[in-house]
Amino acid sequence: MNKIIRKVRLSDEVYKIVVEAPLIAAERRPGQFVIVQRDTDFGERIPLTIADADPRAGTITMVFQTVGKSTHNLALLEEGDSIANLLGPLGRPTKIEKVGTVVCVGGGIGAAPLYPIAQGMKKAGNRLVVIIGARNRGLVIMEEEMRAIADELIVVTDDGSYGRKALVTEPLKELCDGDPRPDMVVAIGPPIMMKFCVETTRPFGIHTVVSLNTIMIDGTGMCGGCRVTVGGKTKFVCVDGPEFDGHQVDFSNMLARMGAYKEHENEAHDRCHIDMQVKKLEKERGEKA
Amino acid sequence: MNRPAEFEAPTASVRGLLEKLGEGRLSVRDRLAIPPQEMPAQDPAARRGNMDEVALGYSEEQARLEALRCLQCKNAPCIASCPVGIDIPGFIAEIAAGRYAESLAVLKKSNLFPAICGRVCPQEVQCQATCTVGKSLKSLDKAVSIGRLERFAADRERESGRLEVPAVKPATGKRVAVVGSGPAGLAAAADLAKEGHAVTIFEAFHKPGGVMIYGIPEFRLPKDIVGREIEALEQMGVEIRTNFLVGRTRSLKDLLDRDGFAAVFIGSGAGLPKFMDIPGENLIGVFSANEYLTRSNLMRAYDLQHADTPIFKAKRMAVLGGGNVAMDAARTAVRMGAEKVFLVYRRTEREMPARVEEVAHAREEGVVFRFLESPTRILGDERKRVTGMECLSYTLGDPDASGRRSPVAVPGSEHLLDVDAVIVAIGNESHPLLLQTNPEIAVSRRGNIITDETGKTSMDRVYAGGDIVLGAATVILAMGEGRRAAASINRLLAEE
Repeated sequence: MNKIIRKVRLSDEVYKIVVEAPLIAAERRPGQFVIVQRDTDFGERIPLTIADADPRAGTITMVFQTVGKSTHNLALLEEGDSIANLLGPLGRPTKIEKVGTVVCVGGGIGAAPLYPIAQGMKKAGNRLVVIIGARNRGLVIMEEEMRAIADELIVVTDDGSYGRKALVTEPLKELCDGDPRPDMVVAIGPPIMMKFCVETTRPFGIHTVVSLNTIMIDGTGMCGGCRVTVGGKTKFVCVDGPEFDGHQVDFSNMLARMGAYKEHENEAHDRCHIDMQVKKLEKERGEKA
Repeated sequence: MNRPAEFEAPTASVRGLLEKLGEGRLSVRDRLAIPPQEMPAQDPAARRGNMDEVALGYSEEQARLEALRCLQCKNAPCIASCPVGIDIPGFIAEIAAGRYAESLAVLKKSNLFPAICGRVCPQEVQCQATCTVGKSLKSLDKAVSIGRLERFAADRERESGRLEVPAVKPATGKRVAVVGSGPAGLAAAADLAKEGHAVTIFEAFHKPGGVMIYGIPEFRLPKDIVGREIEALEQMGVEIRTNFLVGRTRSLKDLLDRDGFAAVFIGSGAGLPKFMDIPGENLIGVFSANEYLTRSNLMRAYDLQHADTPIFKAKRMAVLGGGNVAMDAARTAVRMGAEKVFLVYRRTEREMPARVEEVAHAREEGVVFRFLESPTRILGDERKRVTGMECLSYTLGDPDASGRRSPVAVPGSEHLLDVDAVIVAIGNESHPLLLQTNPEIAVSRRGNIITDETGKTSMDRVYAGGDIVLGAATVILAMGEGRRAAASINRLLAEE
């Protein structure tokens, strides 16, 4: 179960894995996520959004970035290995309907979970504009897939190494200023990017959906760790979300909460890098001897 | 562990009592004269630094002495006040006679998991509350320690290395799905499997056991005890599928219509944690007890060497609530190195729903109880981390609907409690997922599933029990509900 069928390293830190999970592949809808855990006894449960699924092959695709110990450990699994625990699909699916023009903004690996939503929006008859943003050329993902479905595709990088040198908010603002004005925006990416996308569309009053990826344990509505303030009320990302009206989300509280275990995470991440280095050196030495 | 020395030859006092018993001369007076047996426990200072079980269990001598205190009343009020109607004088008489396997057999007729219930049941408000010995000696504390004896009989059997697997009837070829592997689900699965049905338990987490694994800490209910009970179920042929969320991974309807299950029992437990709805509750350092305990227990965050899941390091913690979950959270915080742990409760010690033993253990471990106090807001710094909690003082007013005197705030009594973390342990809402994914199941205004007296829901072939029906309750009540629904399902399938 949960066997990794294919693993592709998309860039230094970004991996795509295709995993055997027939039940999840059959049930999942755009916008939903899974919980992944590599080690049953001591592993961490981490939420990952589903980037794609093939119900006939019985597989789901996830794209993740190695940002800490648990994602590093996940990246160490190879094709043929199995992920110990995989739960899903979780969360409410994206509400997909025909509204007119939809702008889908994907920052970094956010472009991956954005893809099935963009696909759905296009299929529902919307005019689809996609903005993909990344720090540099190496981190741009899903470009070909998006190009195939979008009426217009804009690629930006922070350092200008590919596409236009800009943050995603620049073309987003231009689109909002343009005619016809977008009817809806879907933004998925780092919290800070979603926050600025929301601020960009707010003056225009354009409905902006964001997908939140907060700290979670069970992902089924039991622990409350994922709670965020939306429209002044406490909401649970795992069962009320993961998508919310971005204009109602209290991003500053959410950003702070996501840093709750920063010290621990940094320490674990550092230790994990040292361990990997040690293993690498031991291996090299072993090979020489 | 410093378990008391095994009892080999009865000491003079026990021998004398046993001789009298054998000759039918052990009088009520003799029995009442036996001092109540205290259960040995780990030293409080030592246990603050470990996760090992606190209560160590009776020695054989203690167990037999305690068993001899039971008057073997004909009317047995204890049986009537046990939610599953265990033959309490029966199993105790077997312990007094030194027939421990027989004692366990009596227990298992009504309760499949005595090692668990002996540890976590609120005996002082159930069987022990009506015990004639306690009444005669005019003290609830002097009632026969039924829970400790139950635990003794179960532990004795487990420590002998035997794993008793109940007999299973020939296969009926019918499949039953059980949703959730907590107390209700396990109890239902056992009774369904005994009848010969092919039972599959679906569990969302990566380990089975429900609240007994994620909620109740190791120091109160060792996980290998729960593991043994689950192992016995698997040997009865019960299949357990973890990482499977019914309603999302597969719909309830598909289980019935496409996967060949003839009936479903829902024992999915309580859901979203309740919060106080006061300002500052989403600051860093405020957790539901569910989250804090799940990190520590299921994710084993207390094992700093091995676990990947972090747990918040609090110096001064406030735990809000007065139930067993609040005690578990407070005592976990002590073990995680908090210098000061306050338990903040709106009423007084008398009204606290927690087990008396847990309250006593928490106090011994240094938890500071603050009664008649409740927070109005939680304060934080510019990094959105908790820096304190503003509270109001309360007095007790008139009794409310539950019969408990309701707390009344003292105007102008605002004061600050210096804490850097707050755990909210005031209960759970019902689980929202079922409402979201199964509109055909009728639920109450509070979101609990409505069942009839057989445990049946409004959906054909679907039964429910435990916290999802009762709201937050106890392990034993959930087990009772699971068994009742299993009996109904067994009847339904027998008729077809």
